[in-house]
Amino acid sequence: MSVWIAVIATGIGCYALKLGGLVMPQRVLDDPRVQRFAELVPVALLSALVVVQTFADGRSLEFDGPRVAGMGAAVVALVCRAPFLVVLAVAGAVAAALRLL
Amino acid sequence: MGSLEVDARRAAVRDAVGVGVAVGLSGFAFGAAAVTAGLSVGQACVLSLVAFTGASQFALVGVIAGGGSLVAGAAGAVLLGGRNAFYGLRLSQVLRITGWRRAVTAQGVIDETAAVATAQPDADSARVGFYATAVSIYLMWNATTLLGALGAARIGDPEAFGLDVVGAAVFLALLWPRLTAGRGPARVAAVAAVVAFAATPVLPPGVPVMVAAVAVIAGGRR
Repeated sequence: MSVWIAVIATGIGCYALKLGGLVMPQRVLDDPRVQRFAELVPVALLSALVVVQTFADGRSLEFDGPRVAGMGAAVVALVCRAPFLVVLAVAGAVAAALRLL
Repeated sequence: MGSLEVDARRAAVRDAVGVGVAVGLSGFAFGAAAVTAGLSVGQACVLSLVAFTGASQFALVGVIAGGGSLVAGAAGAVLLGGRNAFYGLRLSQVLRITGWRRAVTAQGVIDETAAVATAQPDADSARVGFYATAVSIYLMWNATTLLGALGAARIGDPEAFGLDVVGAAVFLALLWPRLTAGRGPARVAAVAAVVAFAATPVLPPGVPVMVAAVAVIAGGRR
């Protein structure tokens, strides 16, 4: 049941933010600090998510060889300017292949 | 209407459908990741229908998969969706909509629609590009979420298929273009990574990601 609450709270929160942006007065956008914050918060959160999803298992840090190799393959794909879906496919395929060995 | 404007509108629709199909397909990955994390098929679908913003959805699912607190998971997901508010600010100038239409349009305000709309040469094709992208992604994302969730429910061990890595790769692929945009963002990303890594053993799952937001201070100086 509480997962449902988290799902619905996330849904409503995300929608409210989108609507809030559309109806907010123009002058808020003109503040350079607001613009800078808007640009950098996603960078910080996404970077933290990459680290946590790659190295964390609950509260413990772990080094899962195939998972780290899959992420390494994703980096290579991104450096080669591969499209979004190719990056995901490469990451998953490398991890899956290594786990088969 | 001149033929140049018609061409610009056609190009906007082409962009929109291309982006919509490509990004919509990653809904498979989301549906599969959600069920792998322990959500039901219905919960995965409601998230895609109501939240409709990929990074936040993956973030909530990631915390649940790691056994983290649901409050931290939902808070991190909503905070991550904060960037959509800034897209909304930007798009309200481009789309020039008023009244109740804003309530419907708002659901389409995400990374990809903002990218397509702001890349158009004129206001008319920006509007066409925005709505075409929003509709094509919304339909694809929700259909593929359902299929991915149903598919994963039949797979015995999702890790054997590398599905646990796909979620992390999604965040990396979304982060990548911002990293190459300048030294400020790269520094913020590095500090956030270190903070999240260091905080993981001492804080409940989900919380390290929230704490990592303080890394923004590192990018305050250019």
